[in-house]
Amino acid sequence: MNTHEFFELWVYLAATPLAGLTLTLVAYCVGWRVYTRCAMHPLANPVLISVVLIVTVLAATRTPYDTYFAGAQFVHFLLGPAVVGLAVPLAREWRNVRRLWKPIAGALTVGMLVAVVSVLGVAKLLGASTVTLLSIAPKSVTAPIAMGIAQKMGGLPALAAVFAVATGIFGASVGKYVFNACRVGDMRARGFALGLGAHGIGTARAFQVDPEAGAFASLAFALHGLLAAILFPLAYLALTRL
Amino acid sequence: MSPLLAGFTWLLLFQCAGEALVRAAGLPIPGPVLGMALLLVVLLVRRPAPESMTYAADGLAKHLSLLFVPAGTGVMLHVARIEAEWVPIAAAIAVSTVLALAASALTFQWIVRRQEREEAQS
Repeated sequence: MNTHEFFELWVYLAATPLAGLTLTLVAYCVGWRVYTRCAMHPLANPVLISVVLIVTVLAATRTPYDTYFAGAQFVHFLLGPAVVGLAVPLAREWRNVRRLWKPIAGALTVGMLVAVVSVLGVAKLLGASTVTLLSIAPKSVTAPIAMGIAQKMGGLPALAAVFAVATGIFGASVGKYVFNACRVGDMRARGFALGLGAHGIGTARAFQVDPEAGAFASLAFALHGLLAAILFPLAYLALTRL
Repeated sequence: MSPLLAGFTWLLLFQCAGEALVRAAGLPIPGPVLGMALLLVVLLVRRPAPESMTYAADGLAKHLSLLFVPAGTGVMLHVARIEAEWVPIAAAIAVSTVLALAASALTFQWIVRRQEREEAQS
């Protein structure tokens, strides 16, 4: 095959959704391999590794994001049914939810408030633009919900998704150290905090560490998403009408 | 029918119901969230969840982090903005995430300890 033929083949492949989809899965398999080889060390986050790999390949081949997303959307689309499916662990843990409704409600209220007030406070203090503020406000909420929230408030949905994913990666990576420093040994508390502060990526991490932590993480993740989806647009409406 | 297929179909049906209700009623919440709430209500009335649905939902949950990769790759669309505002963005995400993790974990542990102490006494 000469260079010209190779180039034509590349143009053909890059134009079909196949390339973006394959690249996503291959990068994730590599990221997962590295993560398990590092004994699931929290700093070797598989999402981070996959994103770095994909961005490097796209930049090297000068492939625009839209072309990549034509294929990757099939993976992205599954976030919808995955969010719906969170009802299953929630229903399974319902007995715990009822018995532990006090710590759940308390941690949910405190965590949600701390997350949104501190992110807006620090970003505003350091001079972030309004569009960035509106997109970063729902950063602890899972990406698909954060995108919807940002859109309703006038932020950029794609930017909100990036901030949410960055938060998830960061939270899943540092959670262990934060909990140890705060002397929180209770797996239910650690899992709940990971799901609340680092949404789906934190929940995935919690499931890998301990099943009970995972159950409480998915609980926090689902409740936070549900509440944030309702409260953020209402709070924004109330604040802008004042 | 394979349990994966049946379970996945159920999840999509609830997502459709959520999307339809959101559109019809003009609600400010994303469709999948309402779909999850609807499914939760159904599952609490009719327990336990059918095996096929558990299979599909757990399968998706197990690979949850994969599903965030396309959205995370979107970082390349916003390089200019992130470059210009990287200090407030990085500081806000780092500080706020550590604070949110610590605050929710400490609150949860504090209340659960008090509650379990009271339960042990009574």
